[in-house]
Amino acid sequence: MSVPTGTHQAGEPATDTARVSPPASPDPNTANAPNADAPGRSNGGERGRRSRSALLGALYAIPVPVLLVLLWDRGVAGAWLLPFGIQMEYLPAPYDVARRLVDLAFGGVIDDTYSGTLWEHLWASTRRVLQGFALAAAVAVPLGVVMGRSRTAFRLLEPTINLIRPIPVTAWAPLSLLIIGFGDQSTIFLVFLASVFAILLNTIAGVREVPERLVEAAAMLGTRPARTLYKVVLPAAVPSIIGGLRIALGLAWVILVVGETVGISTGLGALITQAREQSRTDLIVAVMIVIGLAGFLADRLLMLLVRLIAGRRPLIN
Amino acid sequence: MPDTLPTGAPRTTAAPATATAAAAGIEIDDLGKRYPGSAGYAMDGVTIDIARGEFVCVVGASGCGKSTLLRVLAGFETASKGTVRVGGAPVAGPGPDRAVVFQDYGLFPWLTVAENIAYGPKQARLPKATVRERTEAALHAVGLTRVERSFPHQLSGGMQQRVAIARVLANRPAVLLMDEPFGALDALTRSGMQAELQRIHREAGVTVVFVTHSIEEAVYLADRVVVMAGGSAHGNAGHVREIVPVGLPRERDTTSPEFNALKRRIDALVHQGNEVTAG
Ligand SMILES: Nc1ncnc2c1ncn2[C@@H]1O[C@H](COP(=O)(O)OP(=O)(O)OP(=O)(O)O)[C@@H](O)[C@H]1O
Ligand SMILES: [Mg+2]
Repeated sequence: MSVPTGTHQAGEPATDTARVSPPASPDPNTANAPNADAPGRSNGGERGRRSRSALLGALYAIPVPVLLVLLWDRGVAGAWLLPFGIQMEYLPAPYDVARRLVDLAFGGVIDDTYSGTLWEHLWASTRRVLQGFALAAAVAVPLGVVMGRSRTAFRLLEPTINLIRPIPVTAWAPLSLLIIGFGDQSTIFLVFLASVFAILLNTIAGVREVPERLVEAAAMLGTRPARTLYKVVLPAAVPSIIGGLRIALGLAWVILVVGETVGISTGLGALITQAREQSRTDLIVAVMIVIGLAGFLADRLLMLLVRLIAGRRPLIN
Repeated sequence: MPDTLPTGAPRTTAAPATATAAAAGIEIDDLGKRYPGSAGYAMDGVTIDIARGEFVCVVGASGCGKSTLLRVLAGFETASKGTVRVGGAPVAGPGPDRAVVFQDYGLFPWLTVAENIAYGPKQARLPKATVRERTEAALHAVGLTRVERSFPHQLSGGMQQRVAIARVLANRPAVLLMDEPFGALDALTRSGMQAELQRIHREAGVTVVFVTHSIEEAVYLADRVVVMAGGSAHGNAGHVREIVPVGLPRERDTTSPEFNALKRRIDALVHQGNEVTAG
């Protein structure tokens, strides 16, 4: 029986990129956090070395965005024509976007209906992401553990799951509006759908990689089979589960914009929709930047949480 | 904490860890195992009566079914024919009365040394104080008190195998099943571990079935050596060729003529018949 490991909605080999993230990640130190902690022998010297290399990582992260902003600025000024027919003259200049961002966050710069509303929208979106994501994790992790260990459960559920999985979440959006209605619930449902498969399939793959030896050890030490699932199988699969959670959290932010498009007045997606209706490109780009930052920060916070929970406990694999 | 101890040196650590384990005899009667999907029996017609508290070593060429025998005793595999009784009760699946020590340790990497050892007693839902007591005693018995808060990957192979032994001792098993437990260790560590195992066996009085590739190790440790032969490489099922009683007094001298005579005899038994297939 083969396990589909490419769990990304877009069919990318998401499992692998998430689990083996260090080389692909711009900052190996933070992306690699749980493993970097593993030796548990950290002393003052190592800690100092790690914070120095974190600083170095931050320094390395700066040049590329700066360069992009410079090119953006030159491109708008020179009305560049880029591939895909991108006409840069229609883009707002970086300065206008920065002004809009500051006004959106604190007001007092542009003073229109959007001034100072950022936090309200950000909070509404964050709440929906967290609820949908948490729900997805609560369903997918236990289900994945059972499906990874039980041939019967796998045979029973896998075909159905892989039939539903290719349906884009965007295709669910119109239906969910009709069967759930406008409002929070519909968005949370879409976030749930966007996250649940990534967590589920990564959990299944992780559970299948749990060394049989550990299950045997648990059995001969007197663990009842059902109890083995959470005493041994679950902890041994934690690295894959974390990989799944990271992908899922990213997808949750992606789907947010679609999920907040219709019938909702708060949220970053709603804000983008309103901006589009009024052709406010500066506002669109400003909100795009906010969503990007929010997704980025959410991932970093998730990894921080993992590190706090794990402490010096090694995560295997 | 050094990995090795002088061979045979009596340790000063007391034995409360293991003293009260109630050993059990093992009756293996015409035992056979055929793996699903394979044509013939991997092991067949194995009959051995092991007394309670006895130390039995199993030797034999690769593929003769030593691990298969041990896994059936442990309950990881079901017998295809014949029966196994431990302490009079037929074996049905793995259980804490039959401890297993694997060559690759099988420790839980996310638990500390102390947590690994406390794992079994906790599964048995023993009172907290008892769990603590047994953990400490087992740690003491294998001389690991100083690394109780370390994680397995921070320890050498020899120390990890001690944790594995302590982990099962804390469960007070009736039977100790060991499949090449020292196979991955260097010679020095290995002889230290052999001495320790002998001491634990003596103090705990537990019944031991010990699979090894080293005939010297078998003669050094065992009350009786089971020599197995055959296997799919020889076109038949693995079986018991002979059971050799060792009969030498304990604290055995591996350089003595008697020891070496026995070693040569078992070596001949192990290799007997291999030439036939080669020729
Ligand atoms: N899970 C399995 N499925 C099918 N055949 C198996 C399985 N495990 C072992 N065998 C076969 O059973 C026979 C006995 O194997 P076993 O592992 O018991 O030998 P062994 O004496 O322990 O060998 P070694 O000394 O190399 O460890 C071999 O022919 C092996 O190929
Ligand atoms: Mg073997």
